[in-house]
Amino acid sequence: MPPDTAPPADGLRTASGGDARPVPFRGGGFRPRPIGIVGPIVFVALILLWQLGSVTGVISDVALPAPSQVFAAFADLVQTGMLWKHLGASLYRLAIGWTLGTAFGIAVGLSIGLFSLARAGLIPLVSALFPIPKIALLPLFVVWFGTGEGSKVATILFGTFFPTVIATYGGIDNVDRGLIRMGQSFGLSWLSIVRKIVIPGALPAILSGFRISASIAVVLLVAAEMIGAQYGIGAYILTAGALFATDQLIAGVAILSLLGLLIAWLIGRAERRFLDWRT
Amino acid sequence: MRVIIDGVSHDYGETQVLRDIRLTIDEGEIVAVIGPSGCGKSTLLRLVGGLERPDRGQILLSGDPPPGSLNPLTYIFQDFALLPWRTVEGNIRLVLEDHAIKGKAARAIVDDVLARTNLTEFRTAWPRQLSGGMKQRVAIARALSVRPAVMLMDEPLSALDAQTRELLMDDLVELWTRERFSACYVTHNLAEATRLGHRIVVLSRRPGRVREVIDIAIPLAERATRAAELDAVQRRVWTLLRDEAREADRELTDAA
Repeated sequence: MPPDTAPPADGLRTASGGDARPVPFRGGGFRPRPIGIVGPIVFVALILLWQLGSVTGVISDVALPAPSQVFAAFADLVQTGMLWKHLGASLYRLAIGWTLGTAFGIAVGLSIGLFSLARAGLIPLVSALFPIPKIALLPLFVVWFGTGEGSKVATILFGTFFPTVIATYGGIDNVDRGLIRMGQSFGLSWLSIVRKIVIPGALPAILSGFRISASIAVVLLVAAEMIGAQYGIGAYILTAGALFATDQLIAGVAILSLLGLLIAWLIGRAERRFLDWRT
Repeated sequence: MRVIIDGVSHDYGETQVLRDIRLTIDEGEIVAVIGPSGCGKSTLLRLVGGLERPDRGQILLSGDPPPGSLNPLTYIFQDFALLPWRTVEGNIRLVLEDHAIKGKAARAIVDDVLARTNLTEFRTAWPRQLSGGMKQRVAIARALSVRPAVMLMDEPLSALDAQTRELLMDDLVELWTRERFSACYVTHNLAEATRLGHRIVVLSRRPGRVREVIDIAIPLAERATRAAELDAVQRRVWTLLRDEAREADRELTDAA
């Protein structure tokens, strides 16, 4: 190649003595990016593989029912109308227990975050009560609140209360003190500072607390329903287990999974709605 | 309205922060307070604004704030202190809401201060979308909206890069020329102090005392073009500061 057609390369070569080479690349990585389609593909592939294993006999029917059988059990549940009875009972307990637990949790978390006296008095109490497995208290709840809905709602309520308290006051502790000082410097009232600076600043932490408390609520729901409930996903799973109807058992577990996905999606929506200011 | 700082001393526990500070901020005057880091400049400003109480001495206000002043002593913070969950307009409205200014009246004030700070087109932007310089302009607009008598500026340009700082200094000079606001301008930057201060108060290292007060006779608007004269002042301040800064740099800090 004549030198005048490629002057930069030529210049480079002259300057470097002819051994110019690109700088080795060492950056990149450590940056997960969203790939939307992979999740569903993994699910579908796994289920197909499972079905294949069942059809060919690699997976025995006793060990694990085929996905088609699980689906049949689920279809049966829909046809008989039992799905709505079970799901309705579960969602009712979940909604009431979680809402009350979260509401009380936010209220207590706020007072711990805002008042020194509440902080001094309640944090040790929360630390003492949080690690107690609420399931262990279920018999006590049955005595206190009866065998009906009360004990089940109470289990969920207590289970969601503590994580919400901790998420809320943790969120408040992390609110930028500079912003609070700004509010004071403009003469904002205490209530305005709490409403417009403290609570919005703690909201990201509160919402991520919701993710945790909602999952805990589902776990406790099933546990509570396994003890003396006629309807509910937990009761359904328990009955299926007692009869060794593994297809029904897996169907019930799948419903719980879907419930978990739904809750995660709803909280994601809420985050996008309330935290649109964060990127 | 004048601010009179009368023999103020302040300590944080064992640490002596300020000793017997006496100075006055007159109406329409920018007093630049300069000193080595940790000399209590920001503490002084918090005391003046009533966010903390001085241990000894007092801070007095004399005369009336301008008519319609909602917040006579108004801060401009180094880190802008904008609420990330409110837009530019929302951040300005925040400080009006507590004075029951809503709807049309609030809108008029927001329009006015955004126009005065050349921010009109950023009304609906989120703070995260703005550069540092723009964020500080929003903070200035927010401060103007409450018609302050005295602006308390806590290193307002320290978080900005050198070029943005130049631009904002020009903006502030222009703003002062139009509005003749009074300000206590705390900084550790010599160029800012000499560009914007009618008077420069040099503080010693901790515990901060007033080492010297230097009046600069050159009008603010002319300072950009009279660099040589300004340079002489700057050098004089630096001679005063250098040893203090060196000593301060070698100190161990355990104060907040």
